[in-house]
Amino acid sequence: MNWTPDQPLVRIRDVVKRFGQLTVLNGISMNVHKGDVICLIGPSGSGKSTLLRCINGLVPIDSGSILVEGQEVHDPKLDKLALRRKVGMVFQQYNLFPHRTALDNVMMAPIHVLKRKRDEVEVQARELIRKVRLQGKENSYPGELSGGQQQRIAIARSLAMNPDVMLFDEVTAALDPETVKEVLVTIRQLAEEGMTCIIVTHEMGFAREVADRVYFTDGGVIVEHGPPDQLLSAPKQDRTRAFLDKVL
Amino acid sequence: MGAGDACAGVYAVIANRADFPVLLPFRPGTGGEGFRLSAWHGAAVVTALVFAVALGEAHAQAGAATPSILATMLKWTPLLAEGFALNIAMSFLAMAIGTLVGVPLGLGQISLMLPVRTSSWFVTQFFRNSPWLVLLFYCMLLLPFEVHIGNTIVPLPGWLKSTIGLSLPVMANVSELVRGAVRSIPYGQWEAAESLAYTRMQTLWLIILPQCVKRMTPPWMNLYAILTVATPLTSVVGVSEAMTLTGDILSSEGRTELLVPMYLYLLLWFFLYCYPIARATLRLEKRFQVR
Repeated sequence: MNWTPDQPLVRIRDVVKRFGQLTVLNGISMNVHKGDVICLIGPSGSGKSTLLRCINGLVPIDSGSILVEGQEVHDPKLDKLALRRKVGMVFQQYNLFPHRTALDNVMMAPIHVLKRKRDEVEVQARELIRKVRLQGKENSYPGELSGGQQQRIAIARSLAMNPDVMLFDEVTAALDPETVKEVLVTIRQLAEEGMTCIIVTHEMGFAREVADRVYFTDGGVIVEHGPPDQLLSAPKQDRTRAFLDKVL
Repeated sequence: MGAGDACAGVYAVIANRADFPVLLPFRPGTGGEGFRLSAWHGAAVVTALVFAVALGEAHAQAGAATPSILATMLKWTPLLAEGFALNIAMSFLAMAIGTLVGVPLGLGQISLMLPVRTSSWFVTQFFRNSPWLVLLFYCMLLLPFEVHIGNTIVPLPGWLKSTIGLSLPVMANVSELVRGAVRSIPYGQWEAAESLAYTRMQTLWLIILPQCVKRMTPPWMNLYAILTVATPLTSVVGVSEAMTLTGDILSSEGRTELLVPMYLYLLLWFFLYCYPIARATLRLEKRFQVR
């Protein structure tokens, strides 16, 4: 199938995912176009993180379809590596490689996976580290950085692969309150530059500020979606309202 | 936010901020396992040695004009040193062979291919749970005294055969160390590497194994110390190492009062060699734990 930029960058149709007896995703559909910033909110265990993992093929799905730039993610013949070059992911626990410096963390994948030249990668990596405002920390090891700094290096590490879409999985949930903001600022900056982002978050204020659309998921289905002002201020569904009452 | 998320979040914050080892994730393989030498063991050996020598001297003075125990011990020291050098050489070689074969075997245990995984597991468990002495006898009896490679004949002396015998349990233990270390690396490391499009091989070599080396070093050194103190086992199969030579010395001297001091003297050699290794292991463990 030939994909053109006017079609959805990520097209999700009727995705079902079960872990044993537990149905985590029960028929999820959504379209994400280039430049969209999508926030997924909802109670824990509602399948938000699983959905992200399905989009880059970390977790296989039981039925339905996920197309990234027209390619079926769960086609067994798909080149998974080609897919993952297009889809960047940032995790709640940062998952930096602790035995390598911040700069190495950013440089390793382009060098070893994309087989790019080291000099050229280093220029880009230093640029990315400056972009997440951590210049001077290039030679620090992850253990020497604060949570917020580690998370920003993790974002730079994903960006170094030049992805077309970025997935953020509760990236501020493990952070100290005072460092949450610096990470959110970085993500907002990315969004403003036109990066396509799918963000799982518990930060409602951030979702309101940055998202083009907010999806509320519960029990493996999308209960409601819409522009942030409408969904967060005047939800149509009782379940959404009950959830928002609890968290806001 | 649900309880699970809250716990994960709080846990991560605690694990990052505090250095209490008790709050860090449990890491199999690096914990204290088995016997460790302490300074007390050395003090006990030295005290016993001094006591035995003194007792023996008193005994000797009462008798005829035989050389003193200390003088006898000194006289035989060069020979004992030769034997001890063989012990060390065997321990080095057995450790090298055991590690070179054990690392691939351990990687086999985490292979995605079921036959590889199962057979590696079986070999590991078989040699890990066999008595070292039985393995030694098997190698002595089953290995030929020489092998023909092309036209050249390579002799296999007893010490080499028993070194191979000792390397088998080392191999199995190294295999388990590798498996345990790989499994102790948080799953997030695999996930992060996977999401960055690393292949499984790249993940293993660039991300996982470099982190394992650090975790494996202390238990690996501990294994080496255990191997070294096990090398006198080869005296049972007739290798002329320090233990065998001590026996030879005693029978040539034919003085019963030498028995206790000589064996204590031999113990002291092993202690002086292994104790620094035990200390270094402990220090490394402490350093790696608080991270």
